[in-house]
Amino acid sequence: MPVRIGVVVFPGSNCDRDTVHALSLAGAEPVELWHEHVSLDGVSAVVLPGGFAYGDYLRAGVIARFSPVMRSVAAFAGEGGLVLGICNGFQVLAEAGLVPGALLRNRDLRFLGRDVRIAPERLDTPFTHALAGTDPLRMPIAHGEGCYFADDTTLDALETSGGVLFRYVDEGGGRADDDRRANPNGSLRAIAGVLNEHGNVGALMPHPERASEGILGSTDGAGIVRSLVESAARATTEARPLVGARG
Amino acid sequence: MSVHRFAVNVTPKPGILDPQGRAVEGSLDHLGISGVSAVRVGRRVELTVDAADEKAARAIVERLAAELLANPLIEAYAIEPIGGVA
Repeated sequence: MPVRIGVVVFPGSNCDRDTVHALSLAGAEPVELWHEHVSLDGVSAVVLPGGFAYGDYLRAGVIARFSPVMRSVAAFAGEGGLVLGICNGFQVLAEAGLVPGALLRNRDLRFLGRDVRIAPERLDTPFTHALAGTDPLRMPIAHGEGCYFADDTTLDALETSGGVLFRYVDEGGGRADDDRRANPNGSLRAIAGVLNEHGNVGALMPHPERASEGILGSTDGAGIVRSLVESAARATTEARPLVGARG
Repeated sequence: MSVHRFAVNVTPKPGILDPQGRAVEGSLDHLGISGVSAVRVGRRVELTVDAADEKAARAIVERLAAELLANPLIEAYAIEPIGGVA
């Protein structure tokens, strides 16, 4: 039986269907979770998709943070449940304090919709273990507030404890800290994705679901989706999530 | 119960990159204005609170500011009582 994975639908989510499709391709049974419902319907993992939840009013992700479904997602994450936030989902998780840091306006103030390259820092996490290696992955970004920020203490702690999940890299795979093209939003230390301290909540700004089948021009994101699906399946059979704990 | 009106001024914390502030600074040349620097763009939220007294009203605003209106990682806030009605 395919593993059931929830995709939260907020008013203003616009990547929920793409995410459902990518999860289906990876062999999961996607379950849409409406933002006003408290129940997570017994799913084995939750994805917060991209979009503009609640219009991104006030700050991206903050209104969504207080929605009924997010209380359940926070409790699920607190029990070790697997949660992946993509783009706006990353912003929601950051506002909810479920992953460290914040997403600021892009350095050049513009909304950016184009391909970037990211590289996983670790292959022993529920979100990266099915990737073939640490080679750059090409997939699109589509955001106005994607400049990753955390204070130096938090950044240092992330680095030493394995909390950096993905970094923006150039075509050769080199870290893109000061490369304005390869790190287009100005993220500190070129961080494109992070992991919470227990390793069961991951988030990234680029869109793996938009790079998950050949017709989309890149299949580089499929490994991330597949990692989640396989981890969720294992979590179900072992009644305990596979978590690549940090540290 | 009494009615109290407040403004919450939310600004980027010192050291946080503020590209909006930079964009404003960048436009100053076009206006022929010099000598202006350190522009920081924030947000002002005005609201009315029904509460037992001003202290209770302020406590509500304080909570609202810290939990919703500002993200303490990146923003500072200041609460000021204001007169008038919305």
